[in-house]
Amino acid sequence: MFYRLSGQFRTSYYEDNRLIGEKLERTVFIATMLVASIAIPLVASPYLLSAVLIPFLIFSLAALGLNILTGFAGQVSFGSAAFMAIGAFASFNLLLRVPAIPSLLAFLLGGMCASAIGVLFGLPSLRIRGFYLAASTLATQFFIVWCLSKVGWFTNYAASGVITVQHVAPLGFALDNHVSKYLFVLVVVTTLTVVASNLMRSNIGRSWMSIRDMDVAAEVIGINPLYAKLTAFAVSAFYCGIAGALYSYAYVSTVEPDGFSLDLSFKILFMIIIGGLGSILGSFIGAAFIVLLPIWLNVFFSAMEHFSGLKAPSGITSNVELIIFGGIIIVFLVVEPHGLARLWQRAKEKLQIWPLSH
Amino acid sequence: MQNAIPPLLQLRGISLRFGGVAALANISFDVQEHEVRAIIGPNGAGKSSMLNVINGIYCPQEGEIVFNGEKRTRMSTRMAAAAGFARTFQNIALFQGMTVLENVVAGRNLKFKASLLEQAVWFGRARREEAAQREKAEEVIEFMELERYRKKVVSQLPYGLQKRVELARALAAEPRILLLDEPMAGMNAEEKREMCRFILNSNRRDGTTIILIEHDMSVVMDISDRIVVLDYGRKIADGQPKCVRDNDEVIRAYLGRSERVG
Ligand SMILES: Nc1ncnc2c1ncn2[C@@H]1O[C@H](COP(=O)(O)OP(=O)(O)O)[C@@H](O)[C@H]1O
Ligand SMILES: [Mg+2]
Repeated sequence: MFYRLSGQFRTSYYEDNRLIGEKLERTVFIATMLVASIAIPLVASPYLLSAVLIPFLIFSLAALGLNILTGFAGQVSFGSAAFMAIGAFASFNLLLRVPAIPSLLAFLLGGMCASAIGVLFGLPSLRIRGFYLAASTLATQFFIVWCLSKVGWFTNYAASGVITVQHVAPLGFALDNHVSKYLFVLVVVTTLTVVASNLMRSNIGRSWMSIRDMDVAAEVIGINPLYAKLTAFAVSAFYCGIAGALYSYAYVSTVEPDGFSLDLSFKILFMIIIGGLGSILGSFIGAAFIVLLPIWLNVFFSAMEHFSGLKAPSGITSNVELIIFGGIIIVFLVVEPHGLARLWQRAKEKLQIWPLSH
Repeated sequence: MQNAIPPLLQLRGISLRFGGVAALANISFDVQEHEVRAIIGPNGAGKSSMLNVINGIYCPQEGEIVFNGEKRTRMSTRMAAAAGFARTFQNIALFQGMTVLENVVAGRNLKFKASLLEQAVWFGRARREEAAQREKAEEVIEFMELERYRKKVVSQLPYGLQKRVELARALAAEPRILLLDEPMAGMNAEEKREMCRFILNSNRRDGTTIILIEHDMSVVMDISDRIVVLDYGRKIADGQPKCVRDNDEVIRAYLGRSERVG
């Protein structure tokens, strides 16, 4: 990134339209992918895989889903967890009730169920916006979770309402250990991230952003707000649905509808606020932050206990976590609505012209 | 001549009311293909409302619009875009979070045909289309001398440049009729001259029909073929610049507000 600048010219619009424009950034990306797919599975501990990396990737996907809707298309939503629930329970029921259905297909259809319901609940966005739309997505969130826990069929009449997901082997790749789960999640998340980047550099991505920025002008240049908004709801819910399926099949294994509560929706919303609204990279940064913060706090408090002998009151981590979230979110909303991703970008721009200032 | 060629756009008896306020009262005029048609008048005369009626943002209570031989009582904004109307706004209406390039390419959004799935996998038509439309957009960017700013986010640009980007976005659609609402407002003489050049160039080179709202009389007298004058929602004059300039009622309307015509 440092020494790109002059000398590197693009010779065609194909080239300039490429996903990752800079040569060095491409190298960094490839290196990251190599580390993530080869080095990490070889050396990472089961704890790192199952408690850090897998949830990080899954939440990144959910955050990306919400970011498509909120950050790119400008439609606020408090319902991301509900769409995760739909993805999870639809996959569960498909695998349970459709004989010999390939698990990959079940996940895909699970995501599509979320997508269809997302479109349905996105319909109000054609008439209402802002606060009222947010309130209607809140209703969506409660309604869907309520429905999944009240209608026994969805949980296969499990007495406790908790389901244990089936063992699956998508494309013959059994998800029975941490490494295989991690690799499967990595492949899915990477693929969907590339898809999201493609959408954002295409006409549909521009339609979403134009509806977000100035809807009257968008209509005046011929953009159909109905199509733009509903596709944003559909794609966003699909991403959240797939994240929900991964969450239950590659992360926790036992799930209940209440696990996909409003709390989780808020967590995902915090990720995109901290990471950066309208930034694909930001979805990952935000997810990393929110997954890592409680872990760091735990380490911090146990270290403190170890060295000072003071015992931290039980439950303090989660309380401190909430306080820190609250503080950070206020700071970001006030100071940098584009989140950590924008800070990173600015640092990068500075480095590009370093040591010359303008 | 006017009888020989039917006008491209005709407005007949347009009336528009907001509650008790009559923004437009029984306005009729026509626009010939390839001409530069100016709408002038004091603030609040109904000029912007007129443009909003033409491209369907407002729906008039009375009157009809004949475009290209087709009569319509109402036209949705999107239908207008598809029929070849493009416009700029009095208060800049750019997509502030997008780059100059993205704004200009968005202006061509109706030319994209690839499906959502093709766009998702960036394959075949989607990829080709993106490069082809990009090339067309670059032509406009070059024409508007915006090359240096193409990757800049619009909100970071100064006002004068934003006005230019907005014109670029409108031109990118290759419109048949261009509606410009005070494109030079708030600019200095130099910037105005440049803007005039862009507008006239598009008119002469591509034959774009232009309906222009502008307050600077010297500019209006210079570049327009015919002028409609509105005052309090009424049409008080209509004709070539020199006739309008000498019209008593126009002089009165302007003098009443201590502004000179011409
Ligand atoms: N959306 C609206 N709602 C209510 N009144 C409006 C609206 N748009 C315009 N008007 C009124 O219509 C009249 C003409 O406004 P406008 O067309 O903006 O004038 P101009 O562009 O000539 O300055 C004004 O009295 C204005 O207050
Ligand atoms: Mg006006």
